[in-house]
Parts: sequence; structure tokens; C-alpha cells
Amino acid sequence: MTKTAERQPTAAAVPSVPAPPPARDRGRRRLIDQARAYAFLLGGLLCFALFSWYPAIRAVVIAFQKYTPGSPPQWVGTANFTRVLHDPEFTAAWRNTLCFTLLALLIGFAVPFLLALVLNELRHAKAFFRVVVYLPVMIPPVVSALLWKWFYDPGAGLANEALRFVHLPTSNWSNGTDTALVSLVIVATWANMGGTVLIYLAALQSIPGELYEAAELDGANLLQRIRHVTVPQTRFVILMLMLLQIIATMQVFTEPFVITGGGPESATVTVLYLIYKYAFLYNDFGGACALSVMLLLLLGAFSAVYLRLTRNEGDTA
Amino acid sequence: MTATRTLISPATLARPRGKAIYWTVFTAVVVLFALAFLFPVYWMVTGAMKSPDEVARTPPTLVPQHWHTGAYTDAWDLMQLPQHLWNTVVQAAGAWALQLVFCTAAAYALSKLRPAFGKVILGGILATLMVPAQALVVPKYLTVADLPLLHTSLLNDPLAIWLPAVANAFNLYLLKRFFDQLPRDVLEAAEIDGAGKLRTLWSVVLPMSRPVLGVVSIFALVAVWQDFLWPLMVFSDTDKQPISVALVQLSQNIQLTVLLAAMVIAGIPMVALFLVFQRHIIAGISAGSTKG
Repeated sequence: MTKTAERQPTAAAVPSVPAPPPARDRGRRRLIDQARAYAFLLGGLLCFALFSWYPAIRAVVIAFQKYTPGSPPQWVGTANFTRVLHDPEFTAAWRNTLCFTLLALLIGFAVPFLLALVLNELRHAKAFFRVVVYLPVMIPPVVSALLWKWFYDPGAGLANEALRFVHLPTSNWSNGTDTALVSLVIVATWANMGGTVLIYLAALQSIPGELYEAAELDGANLLQRIRHVTVPQTRFVILMLMLLQIIATMQVFTEPFVITGGGPESATVTVLYLIYKYAFLYNDFGGACALSVMLLLLLGAFSAVYLRLTRNEGDTA
Repeated sequence: MTATRTLISPATLARPRGKAIYWTVFTAVVVLFALAFLFPVYWMVTGAMKSPDEVARTPPTLVPQHWHTGAYTDAWDLMQLPQHLWNTVVQAAGAWALQLVFCTAAAYALSKLRPAFGKVILGGILATLMVPAQALVVPKYLTVADLPLLHTSLLNDPLAIWLPAVANAFNLYLLKRFFDQLPRDVLEAAEIDGAGKLRTLWSVVLPMSRPVLGVVSIFALVAVWQDFLWPLMVFSDTDKQPISVALVQLSQNIQLTVLLAAMVIAGIPMVALFLVFQRHIIAGISAGSTKG
């Protein structure tokens, strides 16, 4: 084929090896290619521009404006930030969000990791365990929140019934100022644990068996094998999931909104909840955007660390 | 599946003492899982079948004395569940379809068509992964309420779910990475045979991409079905609300058994989807972790 083309360079009849077109045509050709590529990109690009890029810029702009839908915005400098900072609920919201994240990290890390560790040793009913642990993840969050709200009911709630059954003192659960936040963390952990367990399980299965054999030959007992083989081998996945969990739980909204309504006495108001209140209860979009920018900066930093870590791993692996 | 060596050696497990411990732990885990994950669901399903007196009784009854189905039919009729379920289906289906069309096309362009500034665009898309979606709901709401240039409002319109759903960097990136791995010569062969770009995408690329399309489809459907804050903001009109928002709005002043029945009904589609596709979903999650 190529030989034919060499002999007859202008033969347009050979489709597989087109003759080099003149420069003008090549330019036009490239323009058509570009137009075609952008035709494919257009829909997605428009949606990203409208619903991701533009709102991000707008959040920063409105944070410095007095903004009421329907009337022209006014520049107010940093007034939104000072107003939001002086709101007594501001400190409560950040404290609650950080406490929530920390507790969710403690419970949400330790419980799934231990579960995955045990599950990985079990040789029977593997599929059953995986399906059952992931089941709550597939239940709509609103349904699990409403379900736990009922469990936490001080009257006929299942949580207090369970405590009575084992002769423990009952608790106020989501209705007590001290216990409300922990109660919500339990709900969030119950609802989201499945994914974490499955990922840990996958990580545990990728540990080469020879490492355990070698450790055992060296006389390492069970706990030593966990400490010196399992944990170092899964450290990267653990770190990843922790960061992802921090990013996810810092944006918690459904559980406090549905179960406690932010109460009692703003004990469960989170930052996102406060943003929602500013926008839809106080009609203060400037304040809402000022809060959003603060949340954005903090979470953006966590995300940057996450992406950095995953990219490095991708390069070395 | 051959058993690989894990924390505890097969030799230890084969010993009588090892066997005894293994089965004790196994039973304990089965009981724990049943209590922690299945029992709450059982409690919800049967709670809806108790009479209003019985559901409020302490100590509670483990099994309903009489099985009532009235709460389920009441929930279906009184809470307008068919309407809200239909709204959710419309919202989820549209978001899924638009995501498949636009994300696939954009991913294909970025992966194979070498658009000018492609790297910049991809960077811009990936940057949105760093900006957690929920932190931007308020400016996003303001944008949807008054679209720039067009000055129309998408509030109370399923488009308010559909269009922002397309701006899903995670799914787009999944697709792009998959397309990157497709062998170039297959696509070139299609072009030499005279197929245009669209034709190549439709009859060569997409049939080869079934696994990733399945994953993206499930993610897209589940995301819309489970979402709460965004539809809560966008749909103030009760008749347009998806099931998640309607449940919370109606939960205030409705009989407990009826609410429980409505919760069960709202959960069934996603749980059913999971049970049907559990193998793919679980494999997808496990694979995603190790590949990063």
C-alpha cells in the first residue's frame, strides 16, 4: 500500500494513506477538527461553567455584598464577615462541626477498621456480610435520619428500650444538650460505615500473605502482626479515607436538620446548617456566602492535601 | 476463590481450639450484624404494621400482634406518595440521561479529540473536585433562581436537578480515564473505515465502555435519589418535591405508623437496586479504592 502511495503521491484513490494536503487545507482541516471537538464538549462545559465555576466566583463576590434577590447588590466591604463572626451561633456551629468531625473520625475510623479486620478472617458467608454492612448506605439518608429520630424518642424509642433491657440508665439521646451531637454521630456512622468497611476489606485483601507468614516465623503474635504488617500495609488507604471522611462530615446537614433541627440550644447546629439558616430563614445571602467562603477555604485545603496524596501514590504505584 | 493467607494462618484455624474460636467469632459477628444493620430495618417495616397503640407501647412488642397493612395504603394515598415517587423518578432519570450524554461526549472529546486548551479545561473540571459541592449550594441556588443572560428561573423545575447534575467532575473523570485506556488503533481503524467521530463514539467507544457506563449510571441515579439539601432548596412547591423532601416536610404532622410505612416505601427502590446490582456495586467500590 505504502509503496503505491510513494509511486503515485497525488493519487487520491488510496484512502488509507492520504497525500499531504496543502497548508491552507491543513489549517481549515484543523479548524473543523477543533469545532467538532468543542461541539462534543459544549454541553458539559456549559453546565460546569454555570453550576460550578460561576457559583464559586459568585460566592466570593456576594460575600462582600448586601444581596437581596430582585434588587441590585451593594458593596458592603467586610460587613458580612463581621456580622457573621459576631453571631453567637457562629462559634457554636464551628465547634459542633469540628466536634462532629472528630467524633465521626474516632468512631467512624475505629469501628469500620476493626470490622474489616474481623471480616477478612472469616471464611464463610462473605457475600452476606458485605451486603448487610452496605445496606444502610443504600437507604436514603432522610429515611435513616427519620428512623433514628424515632429510635431516640424518649418515650417508646428503641434506644432507651435497649438500655432498659440491659438494665442501664436511659439517656436523652438527641434531646439532651450533652448527648445530642454524639447521637447524630452514631446515626452518621451507622449510615455511612458500609463504604468504608468495603474499602478497608479490599485494602486488607491486597496485603501479600507472605508478609504474615514471615512475621509469624519471626515469632510475632496476633497483635504484633496487626501492628507491624496490617497497619503499615494499609496506611495509605486509611489516610485517604480519613481525609475523605473529614471533607464529607464537615458538610453534615441532613442528620441535624431532620433529627434535632439544630437544637437543643444550638447544640447540633453545623456550619452548613447555619449557611442554610442565613439564606432561607434570615434572607441574608451575603452572610450565607461569607460563611460559605470560610467553609470553602478550609475544605479546599483538605481536598488539596487529598488530591496531592492520591496523585503521588498514582505516580509511584 | 482460593483462600489467601491472612492475619491468622490456616494451620491455626485447623486446630480444635482455632476452630472453636473461629466459630464463636463467626456467630458473634453474624449476631452483631443482624442486630446492628438488619434489626433497625425490621423494626421499621414491622413498626408500620402495628396499630398506633401498639407502636407506642413500652416495653415494645417484638412481633406485631395483628398485622395491619392500613398504614401502607394510608401512606400511599394520604401522603401522595405516587406523586413524589414519580417526581423522584423523573428527576433521577433526567439527571442520569443528561449525564450520560454530556459527560460521555465531553470525556470523549477531552480524551480523544485533542481540543485546544483541553488541559486547561480538564484542570478546571478537576478543580471542582477540590471545592466540596455542599459549600456552594447558596450561590448555586442564586444562579438557578436567575440564570445569567437568560434571566429565567429553574426553581420548581426538574431542570434544576438535571443540569447541575451534569457538572459532575467525578463521573466525567471516571469516563475520561476509561476512554484514555481504549486502544488507539481500534478507533483509527473505525475512522479509516469512514466512520465520523460521532459514529465512532456510538458504535465503537460506547460498546467497549459498558462497565464504566454502568458504574456512572448507578452513581448518577443514587446521587439524585439520596440527595436532600439541594432539592429542599430548589423545590418549594409541594407537588414538585421528590420523596426525600416530602417525607421530612410531612413527618411533622402525620401518624407514626403512616410515616414509617412511607419511609419503607421511599427506601424500597434504592434497596432493590442494590440487591439486584449488589455484585457490581460492591466490586466497584472495592476496585475504586485500590486503584485510587
